[in-house]
Amino acid sequence: MRERNNIFGNIDFPLTGLYLLLVVLGWLNIYAAVYNQDYNSIFDITQSYGKQLIWIISSLFLGLLILLTDSRFFSTFAYLIYGFMIVLLLVVLGIGTEISGSKSWFQIGGFSIQPAEFAKFATCLAIAKFFSSQHLNLSLTKNKIIPLILMAIPSGLILLQNDTGSALVYGSFILVLYRMGLSGNFLLAGLLVVFIAISTLMAGTLFVVFLILGLAGLLLFFMKRNRKNIMSLIGLVILGIALTYSVEVGVEKMLGDHQKARINVLLGKTLDLKGAGYNVNQSKIAIGSGGFFGKGYLNGTQTKYNFVPEQSTDFIFCTVGEEWGFLGSTVVVALFILLLLRIVIVAERQRSDFSRVYGYGVASILFFHFMINIGMTIGLVPVIGIPLPFFSYGGSSLWAFTILLFIFIKQDVNRNALL
Amino acid sequence: MAQKSNVSRAQTVIAIFIVIGAIYIIRLFYIQVIDDSYTLSANNNVLRYVTQYPARGLVYDRNGKLLVYNEAVYDLMVLPAQVKEIDTAEFCHLLQISVEGFRERLNKAKKYSRYKPSLFEKQISKETYGYLEEKMYRYKGFFVQPRTLRKYPKAIGAHLFGYVGEVTQGIIDKNPYYKSGDYIGVSGIEKAYEEELRGIKGLKIKMVDVHNREVGSFNEGKHDTASIAGQDLYLSIDGDLQEYGEKLMAGKMGSVVAIEPSTGEILAFISSPAYDPNLLVGRVRGKNFKLLSEDSVKPLLNRAMAGTYPPGSTFKMVNDLIGLQEGLLTLDTRYTCQGKGSSPIRCTHDHQSPLDVYVAINQSCNPFHWQVFKSFINNSGHGSIRDNYVSWRNHVMSLGFGKKLGTDLQFELSGNVPSAETFDKIYGKGHWNSMTIRSLSIGQGEILVTPLQLANYAVTMANRGTYIAPHVVKTIGTSQSEKRVFATSVSTIDKKHFEIAIEGMRQVATLGTARWSQIEGVTMAGKTGTAENPHGDDHSLYMAFAPAENPKIAIAVVIENAGFGSTWALPIASLMMEKYITGTIKRPAVEEKMMTSKLY
Repeated sequence: MRERNNIFGNIDFPLTGLYLLLVVLGWLNIYAAVYNQDYNSIFDITQSYGKQLIWIISSLFLGLLILLTDSRFFSTFAYLIYGFMIVLLLVVLGIGTEISGSKSWFQIGGFSIQPAEFAKFATCLAIAKFFSSQHLNLSLTKNKIIPLILMAIPSGLILLQNDTGSALVYGSFILVLYRMGLSGNFLLAGLLVVFIAISTLMAGTLFVVFLILGLAGLLLFFMKRNRKNIMSLIGLVILGIALTYSVEVGVEKMLGDHQKARINVLLGKTLDLKGAGYNVNQSKIAIGSGGFFGKGYLNGTQTKYNFVPEQSTDFIFCTVGEEWGFLGSTVVVALFILLLLRIVIVAERQRSDFSRVYGYGVASILFFHFMINIGMTIGLVPVIGIPLPFFSYGGSSLWAFTILLFIFIKQDVNRNALL
Repeated sequence: MAQKSNVSRAQTVIAIFIVIGAIYIIRLFYIQVIDDSYTLSANNNVLRYVTQYPARGLVYDRNGKLLVYNEAVYDLMVLPAQVKEIDTAEFCHLLQISVEGFRERLNKAKKYSRYKPSLFEKQISKETYGYLEEKMYRYKGFFVQPRTLRKYPKAIGAHLFGYVGEVTQGIIDKNPYYKSGDYIGVSGIEKAYEEELRGIKGLKIKMVDVHNREVGSFNEGKHDTASIAGQDLYLSIDGDLQEYGEKLMAGKMGSVVAIEPSTGEILAFISSPAYDPNLLVGRVRGKNFKLLSEDSVKPLLNRAMAGTYPPGSTFKMVNDLIGLQEGLLTLDTRYTCQGKGSSPIRCTHDHQSPLDVYVAINQSCNPFHWQVFKSFINNSGHGSIRDNYVSWRNHVMSLGFGKKLGTDLQFELSGNVPSAETFDKIYGKGHWNSMTIRSLSIGQGEILVTPLQLANYAVTMANRGTYIAPHVVKTIGTSQSEKRVFATSVSTIDKKHFEIAIEGMRQVATLGTARWSQIEGVTMAGKTGTAENPHGDDHSLYMAFAPAENPKIAIAVVIENAGFGSTWALPIASLMMEKYITGTIKRPAVEEKMMTSKLY
């Protein structure tokens, strides 16, 4: 009974406050992005902004529902929920509806639901459940592989739905693994892989191979030349060169033309303002023209007159940039960073491994979305179509992010009760 | 075992979040605050600067008849940065241009600027615009701008009206009002009254969406300015007289200028051969201009002001007036004439001898005027022969010769009354005398006049020594309120001497060389001329005013290489005056002959 009475007293207000702020700001910006003078009521449910309000209200109910659910429900049924979502992902592959190239939607009446969005929190639950097992020995190879498999299954199924962006999200769990003791070298190695991949694409395979050999030569000259060091150096060189070639082969053989084009645009190798580069260019124009103070609410011309594609979903940040300027953009970026930091801080104060790991999972997923979504609108990362959490128009994603966050808030409410 | 707490790893994760956040904020600062090229691109996406071209002022004749008006056309503009993949074949078909032509135009526009609109196809017709308008949304980067073109209900007055052309880079550099693609008056009254006629351009800033559809005006039109139509001109020209004169001059090279003596208002301003002014309008202008400029009879030359001719015998009264003014010639003066045997200048007419000034004028006696001229140059008492000549030249120029008259039209030539320095140069200082320059006594030699000057000479005669600078515009503006003031010039000759010259001129029309072409009920005072011309056959000249007692019209007619002044110039002038004064022609046979004769 003590627990039930204290639900609202124990809610982390910074978290819920930031959530509400982002959701409302998102709604206002969707209104501005698709503003239509013929339907100028923000409550008009024939328009996206009216619908988003319905999503917001229903999300709040979902959040409330989660807060009223027994907190042990989620840890207890974590694998079951995960399994259910995997089944849904399989089913959608069979009977799903294809919307803009991705076969990842269930069409029920007038609504479409995207199971991939909900698979995120389910995977998060499963990984948290795994790490919270008693007597888990992480030094066993088996125990390192299992979380990777938990990530890989939904990721692979989503990739099969031809939704590359959502599939990539699962890579963000590397942060969780890092926090749970994965060697920091993996993060470094990850960075190195990204570096090698980008320089291969930009400068060509041969150049990078010579660069690796040159660096190895330098290292060989300066380091202590014992047998162990030389052997690991040779191993690294072989790995590096192999990676270089596999990047080349991978891009040539595995990626579709439009993905190659997007990568080339991002790397500045081609300036295709009418094809693959159009979205990014228009997006940068919209944000860049906002100036310091912005053009004012509802005064954005680039988004309102449809120069920016997908302006209410993937490119919603353009409206922020154009109408609220550098000031507003900074505020939104700062709000996201504050939310992420708060999640990490709250996660660190959890006593149960399940809650903490889950918290890191939430932070990782939100961070990845934030980084990719805003990064692509300002031309720093390739155009990967994933929504900006709480901001972008869309029922599935708002519901999924709300569930993701509120399960964590609920865990935090009960952080003391569990012991 | 999972680690319960690992502060350093949590800090690393926090650091990653903050670093990414900071990178994004720096990037945002760069593209939003530092780099302003995005603002420019955004404006180019959305804003369309549409110049509002005012309609040029209309032109009416002295009786309020419309002579020049405007017709709507549309310029197709292109903004290269906005042009997307379009159905080129369909587009070219609509405009009736070739695909290569399409590319050429687009490349030219790109060369000028990717972000500023340039002209793609000028002056498309209303019909083509009608087709195009419906499909405009499919042609991103293209838009139309309404323009007006000149239209002339009657194919007259080509040299008078001049024409309108596009501004050149030179004009744009000099005058900031003009932008590429603007029109400007190039000649005639279009040029002379450009500032009045052009009006004031306006600017509309429109917003378009990604489909190039108009979505409203920028800032609710706060920055828009309306165009102000040009002012109308009311000419002094009599449209009917102008048209009649052009008909009479058909097939003849030369010019007719008619002026109202009391006001200096030009009534008819004809240069022949002429052309239909509608030929130099719009898309056909370039082609027609080339044809006209290559024509051997030079239809583009405005002979009325830019053609110079020896005045011949029409000049004789000038010497008489100077002689009278200086007391070297009186009504009692008699000189003898040996007809064809006269020396050093022979006479071309048979008449009594000795003769007085009246007979000398009405019979156009060469020896008489040579004597008058000689007496002045040798003995007028101003000093040396050279000084006497300088004084003679001053008298001549005070009658409007050898200088620009200050008309409101441009490209007026000043003709030539040779200066003493010229003769010094040709013959050497002190090595010339009245004998050397004797041709001047009968309007030959170095002296050259324009038809306008000749008409103005008739005006000065009619006014007894004064003239107002001849001009073609009576009033400016719809209310006909604005009137320009033109300078009045007074000659060095006293009024009373003109009475003598005019009496001589009246006799020309009643007894003399012009007697066969009289106007019933109207007395004219005139003088024929048959000017020798070093380049070919004699020019036929006539200058006159009528009615002699109350002048309403002064006129000069020059027909190139047509022979005797009385054969061609005289009847044409006489018909013009008859038409203007009486309103009807009672000599249809003469009229018929003049209108149908082809002399070149």
